[in-house]
Amino acid sequence: MNNDEKQIPIWFFIGCLLTVYGALILCSGIYNFLVPPEHPVALAHIHADIWWSILLMVVGLLYTIKYWPSKIKSSTKNEKASKEMSKVS
Amino acid sequence: MRQFKYLLFAALMFYMLLFPSEVSAATNAAGPGGGSLLTLSAIDMVVIVLYFVIVLIIGWYLKKYASTGDDFFLAGRKMTMWIAGLSFISANLSSLETMGWSAMTYQYGMLGAHAYLIGAIPAILFLAVFMLPFYYICRTHSVPGYLKLRYGEGARSLAGISFTFLTIMVSGASMFAMAKILHLLLGWDMNVSIWVSSITVAIYVTLGGLLSAVFNEVLQYFLIWAGSLLIPILGLIQVGGWHKMMAAIQENVKVIHPTVQNADFTGLWRNLGSFDTNPMGIDWFGMVFGLGLAVSFGYWCTDFLQVQRVIVAKDLRSAQNGTIIGAALKMLVLLIVTLPGLLGLVVLLNPDGTPMILVPESDPRAGITHHTYNDVLPLLMGHYLGPGLLGLGVTAMIAGFMSGMAGNISAFATVWTYDVYKPLINKKAHDKHYLNMGRWSSLLGVFISIGTAYALFFFSNILEYLQVLVFFFIVPLFGTVILGMFWKRATPAAGFWGFLIAILASMSMWAYVHTFPDGYYPQPNMSISKNAVVMVERTPDPKGDKITRIVVESGSVNLINVPISMESGQKLETAGNFTIKDGIANILASKKEKDRDVQIRVFAPEVMLADTHTVGKFGVEGIPVTLKPGVEVCAKHISAKFAPAAFNPDHTQYIARSKKAMPMAVNMYSGWWSLVVCLVVTILVSFVTKPKPVAELKNLVMGLTPLPDEGPCPWFQKPIFWAAVVTAVLVLINIIFW
Repeated sequence: MNNDEKQIPIWFFIGCLLTVYGALILCSGIYNFLVPPEHPVALAHIHADIWWSILLMVVGLLYTIKYWPSKIKSSTKNEKASKEMSKVS
Repeated sequence: MRQFKYLLFAALMFYMLLFPSEVSAATNAAGPGGGSLLTLSAIDMVVIVLYFVIVLIIGWYLKKYASTGDDFFLAGRKMTMWIAGLSFISANLSSLETMGWSAMTYQYGMLGAHAYLIGAIPAILFLAVFMLPFYYICRTHSVPGYLKLRYGEGARSLAGISFTFLTIMVSGASMFAMAKILHLLLGWDMNVSIWVSSITVAIYVTLGGLLSAVFNEVLQYFLIWAGSLLIPILGLIQVGGWHKMMAAIQENVKVIHPTVQNADFTGLWRNLGSFDTNPMGIDWFGMVFGLGLAVSFGYWCTDFLQVQRVIVAKDLRSAQNGTIIGAALKMLVLLIVTLPGLLGLVVLLNPDGTPMILVPESDPRAGITHHTYNDVLPLLMGHYLGPGLLGLGVTAMIAGFMSGMAGNISAFATVWTYDVYKPLINKKAHDKHYLNMGRWSSLLGVFISIGTAYALFFFSNILEYLQVLVFFFIVPLFGTVILGMFWKRATPAAGFWGFLIAILASMSMWAYVHTFPDGYYPQPNMSISKNAVVMVERTPDPKGDKITRIVVESGSVNLINVPISMESGQKLETAGNFTIKDGIANILASKKEKDRDVQIRVFAPEVMLADTHTVGKFGVEGIPVTLKPGVEVCAKHISAKFAPAAFNPDHTQYIARSKKAMPMAVNMYSGWWSLVVCLVVTILVSFVTKPKPVAELKNLVMGLTPLPDEGPCPWFQKPIFWAAVVTAVLVLINIIFW
């Protein structure tokens, strides 16, 4: 890889996607909680869509925040700066 | 401007997915209920479209990181162990795999779990600990590349050409299977499914190369878990835990699988003492040496699609640890594949509370009145997953297909460019030229795959044995590579001849078990045409009325190998077109073939019922049929000396040691024998031909390959430690579920 720019890790994309999916499914779950569907799925009473979507959002947000691109770029800048400092010294 | 094009494309896909019928004439879905198996809501569609958008964004973003041949074909050899491990296991975890092995578990019980235990883990650990150092240190870009270094051009060309051909065939078959499944499950048009998925794969692989494929595989792994893990969790809650599920399975299989009702569905090993005590029709020898050694080691240690994922790790330790992570993740897949297959035997019920019976594709009721084994996972998705979650499950399925395609395409581009184009067509080009060749061959690979997928529309039976042929190529490859790595006396001529003769032996065995010197006669069957009027006579039964006779009053019928006679006793032609007149014709429930009675199957996918004047459908066997005057008959008599979809028990007894061996057992034993042939031929030829000088074997063969010093590391980072941990877990699981 001859591109010097630090790559955004795949974990960031995964985090974003899981967060958005979690949010969408949570909205759907809350709607189904308030307006129960005519033909509910098995075990609908335990509202798997709500707690599963919250889990997806938590995992997604953890990845998104931990691998946020500006953090990666700033860490790259710091690495470069420390390398230059060591060269100067 | 370019971003705008991608947004436009995403919007187009969104439109095609939401309104497939307006893009292309939609066909009727073929679920037994008459409609699609699953019904998606708007939120499910948004979830699916979001996936397509993000994979295109990733492909577009990664283009700038694929500017040299090493970047494009080997992802710059900079993968961390986690990405290598996730990609390694994800490349294997296609939707055909998850749906297929759930179906196998429904059919074979706990024996289906062996694919994730003895059928994978020992081989993956062997690759990590013993084989990866050779692949890694010799800096090969592919498995055929290793054969070139070890044996010479002959073995490499044979492996390279066979691999590119088979890879592209498998990619096309995967594309076709995806389109077919999405059509059956969701009613989507097959053309739209093929083109949308393949154009998306073409864009992101052509832009980002292996890096893009690997990123999407990692993404797919997360999606599969997010979309599938709820099914076993909710299933176990519903049945009341593991022990209650196992007890219910052993009760329900008496109804669901009556032909093997005495077989043990709940054990891993205790039912492998003989061929007829388990539903797979295999014994322990076939399981250990066929699946556990030949097929498993061939697939995991030498299939370049798998090996490519880990030889691109940033250093040897990462490659080894990544592979071991892959082994651990492979065992976890049991939860989302095997467990749903078992749950299907318990929680899928008819409205009256009796177990729902799923049938094989070959059953006359399949797709008419009954779902098939392959539907078990989608049925469970529909059973447990509501709006949004269902979209996530379907997205995981589509992602599995697409990443499988992308994996095959990226492996194809690498082997084509480095092992076919470079050595045989253009040896002295610049790196930029090979990079462009990689991009063009990726694109070409996608289009050949599309062509293969469309070919399967007309020759769909190819699909049935394509995977088997791949195994029969890979097992000899493993024999050749393993002797090359661990025996320095193996000569270049022996490598080539051992490999070639073993491939020929595999194909010969395959041809032998499908050959019928006395003729093969397909099971006699009759299909009643759409416009026919039919009276169905039934007798009442507490478990549902039973059909006792079928009377076709008008319309036409197609007969294959079905004897037909007039009421007067006069026998009619069994081949040709004619109309029944002067009396009624009868078809018996069964016919005599050699020394046994074979039941006649009757298919009626859509007929008019005479008594109720409503449209009905049924599929039965062993029921007598009467044809009234005026019914048109199209009769055919089919016999063949060679039948790829059928096994000749008189021949399988010599390959799989028993006439009772079922198809899976025959494939396992064939893999074992082709490995034996490869090893024996390679060793014998080595003794009469000249070996390579020792100096040329440096970094290629055990004993002549010094391991690089990667610096000190704590014990908990050593590959051998984690390999021991995974081995211990494997042994424990086998003991617990013995």
